Amino acid sequence: MDAMVEQGPEGSFVLGKVDDLLNLARKNSLWYMLFGTACCAIELMQTGGPRSDADRFGMVFRATPRQSDTLILAGTITYKMASRIRLLYEQMAEPKYVIAMGSCANTGGLFQESYAVVNGGDLFLPVDVYIPGCPPRSESLIEGLMLIQQKIEKEPWLKKAWTNTKNPKDPQIEGLL
Amino acid sequence: MTTVIRELGDEQRELVLNMGPHHPSTHGVLRFVLHTDGEVMRKAVPEIGYLHRGLEKIAESTTYPGYVPYTDRVNYLEAMFANEAFSKAIESLSDIEVPERAQYLRAIAGELNRIASHNITIGCITMDLGAITPFVHLLRERETINDLIEALCGQRVTHHYVRIGGVAYDADDNWLKQVEKFLNHFEAIIEELDNLIVYNEILVKRMADVAVITADDAVGFGLVGPNLRASGVDWDLRRDMPYGIYPKLDFDVPIGAGEKGTVGDCFDRFVVRVRELKQSCRIIRQCINNIPDGDIIGNVSRKIKPPKGEVYSCVEGARGELGVYVVSDGTEKPYRVKWRSGSFSAMSIIEHISEGLMIADLVAVIATLDVIAPETDR
Repeated sequence: MDAMVEQGPEGSFVLGKVDDLLNLARKNSLWYMLFGTACCAIELMQTGGPRSDADRFGMVFRATPRQSDTLILAGTITYKMASRIRLLYEQMAEPKYVIAMGSCANTGGLFQESYAVVNGGDLFLPVDVYIPGCPPRSESLIEGLMLIQQKIEKEPWLKKAWTNTKNPKDPQIEGLL
Repeated sequence: MTTVIRELGDEQRELVLNMGPHHPSTHGVLRFVLHTDGEVMRKAVPEIGYLHRGLEKIAESTTYPGYVPYTDRVNYLEAMFANEAFSKAIESLSDIEVPERAQYLRAIAGELNRIASHNITIGCITMDLGAITPFVHLLRERETINDLIEALCGQRVTHHYVRIGGVAYDADDNWLKQVEKFLNHFEAIIEELDNLIVYNEILVKRMADVAVITADDAVGFGLVGPNLRASGVDWDLRRDMPYGIYPKLDFDVPIGAGEKGTVGDCFDRFVVRVRELKQSCRIIRQCINNIPDGDIIGNVSRKIKPPKGEVYSCVEGARGELGVYVVSDGTEKPYRVKWRSGSFSAMSIIEHISEGLMIADLVAVIATLDVIAPETDR
């Protein structure tokens, strides 16, 4: 923001690309969906709580997919749940981002051997940030959300919005969903 | 499933609504199919299995000590109790003696975990009924407990502290002092909680006389723990089937008394949990005063091979009896592991009591029964 402010003879003014201004607004109102599947949901809850206080970065939880920018895959994803998560993701408005929180959402984690568990959220959703941990601390989750902010900052959103934004990664486990 | 209007004949119709698995007040991934007539429910049919991770099947391919971390995930809000239940089963199968200091540490860690779990439950009840402030207050207290448990065993949520034969790490005097300091602070918070929310007029009106579970129903459906005690049944495993150090401790068991309405209503289930906080504090204080020196883990070999046989072991968790049934065939790996949890039976009673309730009251019922997804689905 500071880089965009110019000093004029009658006070300062802002001069910048539209993309930069748009991204500035988007970056500082990163709303995440209040949605957890397993253990990581507790840490997700505590991230919004009084100590970590994600609000100070403009990250507020929303209960509906239609108002949220980020989907946090918090916890183990079973095959039964995966199709529902896919549905939630499709209901979110563009631009949207996905965070895989914890070992289970990254790779299946402790439950890789299980017959009911999807071995990683990236098998059916395009994941932007992976956070390790079982469960990750709330500080890690905030770091993950800040990585999304950095990504937003660099995005040529105006150009991207006018071109056809197709899902970069098609679900690899379509038959099972 | 989408919303449908179902014809019942005789010009009778009902609206079939879908609630969950993503819903802010279903505590994880629970789903209900509501058969409604306007705002009033005919019944709410629970559907489970959205978090079925195959915990019981995985047990058959891991060793006994290797399965203890999995027990953390049976219920992520009360990991200590699941650890303890499984460890206790193996200890009684293979006659392992647990040192007294370890038993005291188990009780302290367990009761801290119970407070942390009830903090979430009480907070969620109030949040689901529209008051967000108490939830934030209780999350603040939970963070302090998380710090204490992290100092003890290095984990915030999935503790893996109780091991077969004892506990993993010893607590020093400084830690015990910190726990005492926390208790001094927290007991004041319990009183604050009473003034802030428990007798709040709106909350009482939302919960009193709603979804009454009679003592017969509660026993019949196999409810356990605070849900059972709220219906007026005086049953607590810590006192009635004592294990560990609990016979030496002095504590009361709060029972639902119909303070604001009928015995066994939502308010009773809420208030029993609030009262349990105080008793947990009492237990921890006694443990800190009496904790002896000594070993923290018994004589356990690296490879645990219990003799052939089967055992059922249960502990009083935050959601009541958390039991595990283990069958051993004499090898390093269990032949069969079966979990018995409070949330599963609490889930099964919802269809029975939901008849004639308003849709908004279902939220109060789920929250006060403290149903949590991983325990029902395993």
